[in-house]
Amino acid sequence: MRASRPKVALAAVAVAALAVAGCAESNRDDSSGGSKKDTLVFGVAGDPKVLDPSFASDGESLRVARQVFETLVRPEEGGTKVTPGLAETWTPDAAGTTWTFKLRSGVKFHDGTEFNAEAVCKNFDRWYNAKGLMQSPDVTPYWQDVMGGFAKNESADLPPSLFKSCTAKDATTVDLAFTRVSSKIPAALMLPSFSMHSPTALEKYDASNVGGTAEDIKYPAYATAHPTGTGPFKFKSWDVANKTLTIERNEDYAGTKAKLKTLIYKTISDENARKQALRSGDIQGYDLVGPADVEPLKGEGFNVLTRPAFNILYLAMNQKGNPKLADVKVRQAIAHALNRQALVDSKLPPGAKVADNFMPDTVEGWNGDVTKYNYDPAKAKALLAEAGATNLTLRFHYPTEVTRPYMPNPKDIFELLSADLKAVGINVQAIPLKWSPDYLNATTSGNKHDLHFLGWTGDYGDGYNFIGTMFDRTKAEWGFTNKALFDQFKDADSTADVAARTEKYKALNKAIMDFLPGVPVSHSPPAIVFGKDVTGVKASPLTDERFSTAEFKS
Amino acid sequence: MFRFIVRRLLQLIPTLFGLSLLLFIWLRRLPGGPETAILGERGTPEMRAAIRRNMGLDEPILVQYGRFVRRLIRLDLGTSTSTKRTVVTEFVERFPGTVELSVTAMLIAVGVGIPLGYLAARRRGRMLDHLSVGGSLIGICIPVFFLAYVLKAIFAENLGWFPASGRQDPTLGATRVTNFFVLDGIMTREWDAAADALWHLVLPAVALASIPLAIIVRITRASVLEVLNEDFVRTAEAKGLTESTVRRRHVLRNSMLPVVTSIGLLTGGLLSGAVLTETVFAFSGIGAFIYEAISQRDYPVLMGFILIIAVVYVLVNLLVDLSYSLIDPRVRVR
Repeated sequence: MRASRPKVALAAVAVAALAVAGCAESNRDDSSGGSKKDTLVFGVAGDPKVLDPSFASDGESLRVARQVFETLVRPEEGGTKVTPGLAETWTPDAAGTTWTFKLRSGVKFHDGTEFNAEAVCKNFDRWYNAKGLMQSPDVTPYWQDVMGGFAKNESADLPPSLFKSCTAKDATTVDLAFTRVSSKIPAALMLPSFSMHSPTALEKYDASNVGGTAEDIKYPAYATAHPTGTGPFKFKSWDVANKTLTIERNEDYAGTKAKLKTLIYKTISDENARKQALRSGDIQGYDLVGPADVEPLKGEGFNVLTRPAFNILYLAMNQKGNPKLADVKVRQAIAHALNRQALVDSKLPPGAKVADNFMPDTVEGWNGDVTKYNYDPAKAKALLAEAGATNLTLRFHYPTEVTRPYMPNPKDIFELLSADLKAVGINVQAIPLKWSPDYLNATTSGNKHDLHFLGWTGDYGDGYNFIGTMFDRTKAEWGFTNKALFDQFKDADSTADVAARTEKYKALNKAIMDFLPGVPVSHSPPAIVFGKDVTGVKASPLTDERFSTAEFKS
Repeated sequence: MFRFIVRRLLQLIPTLFGLSLLLFIWLRRLPGGPETAILGERGTPEMRAAIRRNMGLDEPILVQYGRFVRRLIRLDLGTSTSTKRTVVTEFVERFPGTVELSVTAMLIAVGVGIPLGYLAARRRGRMLDHLSVGGSLIGICIPVFFLAYVLKAIFAENLGWFPASGRQDPTLGATRVTNFFVLDGIMTREWDAAADALWHLVLPAVALASIPLAIIVRITRASVLEVLNEDFVRTAEAKGLTESTVRRRHVLRNSMLPVVTSIGLLTGGLLSGAVLTETVFAFSGIGAFIYEAISQRDYPVLMGFILIIAVVYVLVNLLVDLSYSLIDPRVRVR
């Protein structure tokens, strides 16, 4: 009697399984599989790119860094104001170029190294003295965004550095000197990119050795596997094959210890898939909630938190793309043609508002007293006639395959805006493009675009970070050169006194809304959701939620 | 036999060069580049230009290709522009997931498809036959991602029987050895981890199996019908052999040739299905990664992954060709 083939096959599989069983060491620690009640699995939209926030600009890398690292100053919980972090106080000198930081004492890094003034200087000197590939804009994006250049710039593209030097006065006093007064200080130091790293770990894992060649940048081991900060959580493991990254409670944390023992970030790139994973119990929270899902999830009993809006959606007009757009009357006509309130009411999440400035009102320098452009199609037609632009055809780019906190559904937004423009007699030529990289490329370089919409989410609570990034120099996106405006920006940026600077930002907002390079459309509050029994997290406009206070209701 | 294998492998070389050149030119002709994807809406034209220069993307395309080939000869596929990890590392970490998924899907397709196709042929014109033929038509017509989505909505979201995403419950803290999660669980005797990984495979594998299953059912049915009418089957039955002997030794064996051929071809097709299935189930494999790499214009990853996949595809088909001679002694590879 011969055994039938299926039986033989099964037996073979069983033998093979037994043969490999036990061939590898299990390195599981039994504590990690503990009760579900102190482990939170949180769904995110993408894998982090790098664990050293000095090299990061993507939200997912910064998200992890915010729990593992701390910065000298940090945003207040749920707000944008600068509040103490690792530094208790910070004061500028009379000239406004040197800031003295008083540090907290008794703080230790995850590897036991002491945090002190010397450690602060080791960090700043590391960034400032960056060499070779560490000067590439894709390696140190935020340092270059805030500080410009380095001690020795290796490329002519780099501007001189805003940062000058760091001096440790004593264990808890440190002086940071800058080459000029800048509105970015101290607010920009809240960015995770300016996190404090353990000098011991930086050295041990060769943190500044960005290797390889320019087209093959290789991060050092520190950035891929050994991030060492002072935060309430410490890095445990990054399981690329399972798209999960695990951090665990720092038992020696100087402040209030985290309530969760383990926090796991799980990558689920599709928004709908994140929602389904929450419902099926795979995860106990996720970020970047679709605006349409906010109400249904609330109805099901999930804890949906709405972040205060810290973004802007705008319609940009490129004055190089179509010479007619260089006429302010045409730009005003377009502004009056748009029914922004209808857009906000029908297409944006609850809590969204029509924008009158290119910054939200949570930012110092917002001005309620600017020229406003109400919805008035008749006026729009009159202005077009005055400008001799009655038969205007405009190329209108809009992005596909993307949602952004400021524009949940670009196609819907495009349809409403283009219908408004057609209603006043403007011919619209629709040009849909894939968001990355086609759309971004087409709208922010070259001059083959007339209209498009884009937006911005603030990095920190300073006005320059909104309007300065858009209008302080000639940019291909807008295609205008307005020296008076550019000079006004330089002046505002180098004003040391906060109150005076705020006034100058108000004046700038007014000047921008008179010049009208584009139309600010709306501010949308993004949402983040947690499971029905998860509490303790406060939504932050800067996405700086503190997970150390998250807990499961028992 | 040996010469046959060597010749087939040598044919790979010009194929790969042709493919890589076409792919190289096509990728770089797409608008935008990795620099835009890296910088997002924050990039200034100066920053973008600096990155392009750094990556050598400002050089003539053939110079860039020459550099790529020189490195390829040293088996160096470069580094991902979006993750800054080597392409080989990315592949090694993600390939096992796709293999686990594809193999499971293929096992379902073969394990269910061949018996079903055989039964449909034996009971030609009856209920089961109509059901299989009708069902396979639906299986071919329904887009894989839609089926994946429906399966997930019903069995994961509403009933909660299966997980909705990923390859394994991350709270298990399972040990990684080969990144084949089921195998790792067995090797380290973390039985719960192996079972959990299998559990995560069920829904995506069923979704991915739908098309090959339908095709295998149809091909098996047609092939069995053809063989049933052959003289040697009538002879065998006339000799008084039992039905099971006839079925196994004569009918099935002789009707498997077209089925095996189709399995080889379907394996290649699984990859395109895997791109969508993996994306729907947030399953970490090469399919989902290719999908991301396209939007990131991650040239090195796309070049490297597609070339490796081409090699794998050729090797699978080589194995299929070799297995013919085992199934049918009349086929001789030369």
